[in-house]
Amino acid sequence: MTRRSIQRQASTGLPSPVEAWIDRYRHDGGLRRFVVYFAFALILATFSIILHDDGFLSSSNLLNIGRQAAPIAVMAVGMAFALAAGEIDLSVGSVVALSSLVAAEMVGNHGFLVGLLAALGASVLVGLVNGLITVKVRIPSFLVTLGMLGIISGIARNWNDLQSLPIRNDRFSGLFGAGGLGPVSSLLIWIIVVGGLGHIALHHLRWGRHVLSTGADRDAANAVGINTARVKISALVASATAAGFAGVLLAGRLSIGRHDLGEDYLLTVIAAVVIGGTNLFGGRASVIGAVTGALIMAMLNNGLILMGLEVADQRIARGVIIILAVALSMREAKES
Amino acid sequence: MSTTPALAAVGISKSFRAVQALKDVSIELHHGRVTALLGDNGAGKSTMVKCLAGIYQPDAGSIFVEGTEHRINSSRHARELGIETVHQALSVIDPLDVAENLFLNREKTRGGWLGERIGLLDKRRMREECAATLSGLDIRIPSLRRSVGSLSGGQRQAVAIGRAVAWGQKIVLLDEPAAALGVEQTQRVLDLIANMRDQGVAVLLITHNMDRVLAVCDQAIVLYQGRKCAEVDVPDVTKDDLVSFITGARGTG
Repeated sequence: MTRRSIQRQASTGLPSPVEAWIDRYRHDGGLRRFVVYFAFALILATFSIILHDDGFLSSSNLLNIGRQAAPIAVMAVGMAFALAAGEIDLSVGSVVALSSLVAAEMVGNHGFLVGLLAALGASVLVGLVNGLITVKVRIPSFLVTLGMLGIISGIARNWNDLQSLPIRNDRFSGLFGAGGLGPVSSLLIWIIVVGGLGHIALHHLRWGRHVLSTGADRDAANAVGINTARVKISALVASATAAGFAGVLLAGRLSIGRHDLGEDYLLTVIAAVVIGGTNLFGGRASVIGAVTGALIMAMLNNGLILMGLEVADQRIARGVIIILAVALSMREAKES
Repeated sequence: MSTTPALAAVGISKSFRAVQALKDVSIELHHGRVTALLGDNGAGKSTMVKCLAGIYQPDAGSIFVEGTEHRINSSRHARELGIETVHQALSVIDPLDVAENLFLNREKTRGGWLGERIGLLDKRRMREECAATLSGLDIRIPSLRRSVGSLSGGQRQAVAIGRAVAWGQKIVLLDEPAAALGVEQTQRVLDLIANMRDQGVAVLLITHNMDRVLAVCDQAIVLYQGRKCAEVDVPDVTKDDLVSFITGARGTG
């Protein structure tokens, strides 16, 4: 930046948007926050070429990727808030199962709306308990939510003796997974709705700013009077609620509630969020990045299957990707 | 000064387990006056500021703001009473930008009643008001959109002080506000303090630098091992007097 432009800013106070953007780009690692989008484009391009003959680019396969990404993306949006607040929620996978079972239980007798609200209500409750124990008893959230994971998945297993509960409600299934607007699956619409709401909440609402502040420096946030205990609780409620909605989407698509839905989503969700530019240790988050991360994970999953990798090898690949993503996130945290 | 003190703390004591950090300390801050709070490391200065700022609850003693007793039970409460604080640790949030820090927990919203309820941020208005406030205080920051973590130590401090000055209409507590600053910036902080004083703000300044005390303070209170050992009008004392109070060689009471 030249001397003259500094002086001009001092006189007007506000630089032009372009100048401000260039300045931030120079000083705040502007390029790095776009890494996830470059990665998305790169992986898309690579798979398009090497998996061309396997039909990677066919519209049905792309739609498939979007459908598979939906629950991960929704959970990633919630997890971004938990991480932004300096906490982590390991119970999300079990909440997916619980939510699907509650929905299945209620939809049959009370209709789709009661089913939806009951499923979300149960998830909010789990998030509240997670948050209250973390904040009031001062146990790290990874331990609280790990315990909660055990409790909820146990409840889910007992619910119907490991059997799935069928959902026979066209409205529910249509709205939450099986249906859509014309050719566009309702799942894709839900990704956009949840991602959009999350983005607004994080960057355009007071709450989001307080979540980031709390995660960045809890003492400093306290010192300006932010109720950081309440903020942390609300962030864990957000992550559980999002997981509950992911459970609704899975229940809708498969037309069942079952104890093992979402069981092995946890690592994928965390990877999606961290790849998307959210700091694992709080203070920085990106909702759009998290959604993009979820699409990347679904794309990788799909690509690895098309390449003919066994389930075991997919797990190994996913583990490697997660460690790489976290390593990048750590480096970023140290630099800033 | 015969008027009601802006802030009066009477008989404040505070212990941390076996350590008694403050023993029966009383201080008064007056509108339009700068009071220095001096003492060696561990004398209890920062503990005192944290009691006044609502971060610690004193074990004993009372705090009066404009003559009315308050139990300041949180930093939010202190802010509501018109007490602004710049802590040693600055309390700025690194990933947020300058304007976001200046308005932290005092965000302006748009969208009327509903916008206020859900907390819809009026970013443009906050940025504009931030620019006006900082330039009014003659604080120069290269870009208000840059995260505070990417600024220099002096600039971060300027943001923290600017926030306290901008909002502290009545009482401002400054814990070592010039610790990380160069000569020119230190002078600017002293000018800011003088400016606040002239506008009738009651200022408490913690510092280790006796020249700053002599330059800008009206009154000095010295703590020694948690007790108040001296309370003097600055024009009446020399630098050597202050140092001997601080080291405990001498005391006025």
